[in-house]
This record gives sequence, structure tokens and C-alpha cells, in this order.
Amino acid sequence: MTTVDGRHELDREAERLAYKPPEVRHDKQGDMSDEERINQAMHHFVKDFNTQTASYLDGCLHCGMCADACHFHVRTDDPRYTPIWKIELFKRTYKRQVGPFAFFYRLLGLKRHVTVADLEEWQHLLYDSCTVCGRCSLVCPMGIDIAGLVSMARHGMFKAGLIPHELHEVAKTSAETGSPLGISPDKFEERAEWMADEHDVDIPMDVEKADVLAVMSSIEINKYPQSIAATAKILNASGESWTFRKDGFEATNFGMLSGNTEWQKAASMKLIDAAIKIGAKTLVLPECGHAYMALRWMGANMYGKPLPFKVMHISEYMADALNTGKIKVKKLNKSVTYHDPCQVSRRGGATQAARDVLKHLGVDFREMEYGGDYNWCCGGGGGVVTIKRADPLRHRVFKLKMDQVEKTEADELLSSCANCRQSFDDSQAHFNWDYTMGSLMETVAENLEERKS
Amino acid sequence: MDLLDFAKGPALQVAAYILVAGSIWRLVGILLLKEKPDYSEPRQSGGLLAALKVIYTRSFTAAPFKRATMYPKMMAYVMHIGLFAVVFLFVPHIMFFEGFLGFEWPGLPNSVIFFLGVAAIVSGIALLVRRITNPVLRLISNFDDYFSWFVTVLPLVTGLLIPVRMGFRYETLLAIHILSVALLLTWLPFGKLGHTFLVFITRGTTGMVFERRGAKT
Repeated sequence: MTTVDGRHELDREAERLAYKPPEVRHDKQGDMSDEERINQAMHHFVKDFNTQTASYLDGCLHCGMCADACHFHVRTDDPRYTPIWKIELFKRTYKRQVGPFAFFYRLLGLKRHVTVADLEEWQHLLYDSCTVCGRCSLVCPMGIDIAGLVSMARHGMFKAGLIPHELHEVAKTSAETGSPLGISPDKFEERAEWMADEHDVDIPMDVEKADVLAVMSSIEINKYPQSIAATAKILNASGESWTFRKDGFEATNFGMLSGNTEWQKAASMKLIDAAIKIGAKTLVLPECGHAYMALRWMGANMYGKPLPFKVMHISEYMADALNTGKIKVKKLNKSVTYHDPCQVSRRGGATQAARDVLKHLGVDFREMEYGGDYNWCCGGGGGVVTIKRADPLRHRVFKLKMDQVEKTEADELLSSCANCRQSFDDSQAHFNWDYTMGSLMETVAENLEERKS
Repeated sequence: MDLLDFAKGPALQVAAYILVAGSIWRLVGILLLKEKPDYSEPRQSGGLLAALKVIYTRSFTAAPFKRATMYPKMMAYVMHIGLFAVVFLFVPHIMFFEGFLGFEWPGLPNSVIFFLGVAAIVSGIALLVRRITNPVLRLISNFDDYFSWFVTVLPLVTGLLIPVRMGFRYETLLAIHILSVALLLTWLPFGKLGHTFLVFITRGTTGMVFERRGAKT
């Protein structure tokens, strides 16, 4: 006779024959007391508060419209995935501890204390089911940037030691080794040399003075190393004085994604220091959405003053080089649709750059229905693709993206974010989907026209 | 002092003081928070114009969200327009404002005001039903949502009952109406009704931050 494995207990209290569902995994780091965790969470949530964020927490109308913009809610109908609900605990604490009427709330006991059990439950809402894509921020009638609040709540969760283990591990590895995948400077150099041979392209490394510092993401170095060659081909074709640097090559910022601002700053400063050291006029970021947010819009604030160089996403660099005639590309005879990385387009403001590049490539560009700034996220942003336990939910959410892409009937799907690409590749394998996401940068590199000297 | 004298006098006066003091307190509590400068290189200018732009544009729903939010948005519009008209365009109210402002403006015929008042109540009820029945709204709603609804709809109802009379004295009904207004004014600065003034800060600051990035607002 066969026996059941006994991993799940039979629920004898249930109305129907049922096995008790497995316990939801709530991860904890460190060995703080519950009280200390709550204090840390709330203190680090409110410590960077300003007029904008305070008015956000005070101004929510509880209209619930943000739920209609969130892919996690739209695909599951689970009300807990309503974006503003994801910061409910922090909203409650703000009103009780910090807000203009905190005294009354405390005196009358109007907002109940947050418990560690609450925070543990919210770990799933703040990390597994929010990609910080900011689509909800566009529907809010009050104009509340809910994604920004989620990032602030993550600051608190990190300090409280209440983030998913996977994300903590990757962020820690990144802080310790300089790369979330543990890619050492020597390994990066080795990969760059390999790509130089493989693609027959010059890849300058550790040049002492250069106008452009190019950086890569570990995802590209590890999984899509051809990106290194593509970057080199484009910068060489532009006639730039440029270099990669072993002392500042990693663009991803898991400090930012996990909520550790010290690690975020350390990662940004590596790139900033390297760029200053070589006297760079421009730092070109790779195809990575969150790297763009971390350095283009937050880098100077980490540095504490304006950066002495320009920061550009590679799609912006390519658009500029094509628009000014620094590089030229062959026309492609195919239809293409484009997936906008949320942090580059919707939240970063560089939506037009990719479209300019596609125009130069002469493709039949098929914009997705409500694409561009209103694009559905790939589901893997904000560190979600790192969290293994979130996979089933992420795959479920990806169906929205699949529908959006399929409706265009385009020959090819391109994007400009290695993190999105990783998320697409994983979901493609999961669904056995026809579309493979290609890289806009690699497409340009493959179709560069020879420079006439 | 009868009920009407009390309503017109101390009740309304105290409510007005609470409204002003509470609103200032709440605004100061928010506006005095420390601001960190943004050192990132702007893509385009932000500033006051960006704030004004988003204060205006966010009044309308972006195309991708129209279908999903059409019903509550329409109801909210009807309620806000109805409230505005009833408060500021009803001739007796204009006369009341003229009493302390010293000037008047043209009002709407009573029949139109009556229609808009009823429309505001109906849309308010529709929004309340939605709040109770929609799983998202049920989850995220709290006391403030229901109480704010109550104190907003109450003056509309008490105002509309004045011409109906139902056996009550005009003075009594007017006093009840004014007291309900006093309740609304007293609660306004503390709860979600504060969006009357907070909307300019939330939309405005979002406009300033995201417009300078050239990002979608």
C-alpha cells in the first residue's frame, strides 16, 4: 500500500476533506526582538519624510482606483494587492506617530499598534507582489506616488530584518563583492576579453582618462555577455574616447531594491568615483531599468551634490548618436514591438529614446495597446524576479504582458532592460511562449553601418 | 437663545474656528517637514508650472484606466459638482456669504439647485454602496471614510428637507441644517475631507518631481 508523504497535515476541522495549506514563508534576518523590529521598520520608513510623502499618506481618499492599475490585483482580484493597501501599516503608523494629529490618534487609541506578525504578512505585499512599476501612481486622482512609498516602506522592512531571504542574499553579496552575482573585477575583465575575441571588437578596459565611462549589469555579464560586445561596438562606432573600469563596472543596485540605503549609496559611489577618476563627461548605463533610476535620478542625491558628468541610459545614448549622425544603422525589414522598462520610461522619462532608435532602424513599429508610459510591467521588476517563492504569482501576472505583446502580431519583441529580459526569458520557458525578448542595443550593434573614414 | 440662534451663532462660529485652525495645523504639520534638495540634473523644468499642470490634468482619467474607473469617477464628479453648486450657487447661500464677504455673485434657479442636490445625494449613496460591496473598498475603508461620507451627505439632506417641511417649523429645519453644516466644517480638517486642500499638495508635488524627470504625470 502506498502512503502519503506526511508533509502536510490533514485538516480534521475543515468542512470538506482537506489538507492544511503549507505555512506561508515569512523571512527574518538578524535576531532582534519584536519590539526592535517594529521600531526599526517605522523609524526608517519615516526618517526621510518630506512634505510630498507626508501629504501622500494624509491625502489618500481610499477610492481604490489604484487596484485597477496594478497587474497583481488585475490578475488575481485579491484586494490585498491594492497598491495603497501595501503601505497600510506604514500609513497607520504615520498617522499615529508622526502626522499632524498624531497626538489625538494616540490619545484616543484610534490607530492600533502594528505588530511583527503584521509586518511579516506585509513582506509578501511589499516585495513579492510589487515591482515598484508605478502604474498605480498614474491612476491615483490625488496624484499619490504609491510606488515611491513602497520603496520607503522597504527601507523600514530591511532595517527590521524582514525582507525575503533571496533578495537579502543577493543584496548582501552585492555589498560584499560589488556584484549581486559575485562577479569579481577580474571575472568581468575575463568576460570582456572573451567577448572582444568572440566578436572581434576592441574593448578598452581601465583607460586612465576617457570621455565616456560605460558600465554593465551582472545579469548581462553573466547571462547575456554579448551585451558587453554590443556596448563596445556602439561606442567604438560613435568614435568615443571610452572605457570600462574594473573599479566601477556594476550598474545594478540591489541596495536600492532591497531597501538598504547605505548599500545603495555604496554601489552608486563606486560608479561615481570611477567616472570622476577618469574625468568622464558621460556615464552610459546599460540596458537595466533600476540602474537608471538608481544613478540617473538618485545618484546625485547619494553623492550630495550635482554629478560632474551626464548620466544616460544606453537607449538615450543610441538615440542621441543616431539623431546626430554619430552612428548609422541599416534598415530592418520587419515589424517590432517594444516593451518599456518601467524605471526607464514611465518613471524615468526616457520613453521617446527607444522609439527614436526604432525609427532609425526603419522597422514597422507596433506600439502595444496602452504601451509606452502605461505599459504593463514584466512582473519581475523591483527585485521580484529574484524571489523564488513569488514565481507562481509572477507567472500569473505575466499573462497580461503576453496578451499585450501578442495583440501587436509583431515579428519581434525588443526591450532595453536585462532584468525585464531575464523575467521574459523565465516566463517564456514557463509558458512555452513563442516570443523571445531581444535587446534593442544588440539589435543596433548588429546593424551598425561601417563608418566612412 | 433658541436652537436657530445657537446654530447661526456659537455653533457655526466655533465650527469655523475649528475649520481654520485645524486646516492650518494640518497644513503646517505637512509643509514644515524638512525638504532635501534634488541634485539630479533635470530633463526639463519642474517648478510651479509643473505643479499647476498636474493639479489640472489629474482631474481627468488617462485612457487606459477609463473603462475600469468610469463608474466611480462619474459618481464622484456628479457629487463634487452638485456640492459645489449647492454650496456656492444657491441664492440664499450667496446671500449668507455676502453677509461677511461684502459682495455677491449670480446664482442658479432653485429648481436647478434642487436637481443638483438630489443628484449629489444619489451619487453619494451610489459611492457608499460601492464602498460597502466592493471587496477592495471594503478592505481599505475605515471609520474616516464612512464618517466623512455621513457629514458630507447630511447637510445636503437637511437642506433639501427645508422646503419639504413635513410638519416641522421652518426655523427648526434651518437650525438642523446649519448644525449639520457646522458638523461638516468641524470634521473637514481632520479626516479625508482634508483632500479639499491636500489635493493641491499631493498633485502639485508629484507634478514637480516627475515633470522635471520628463516622466509621465
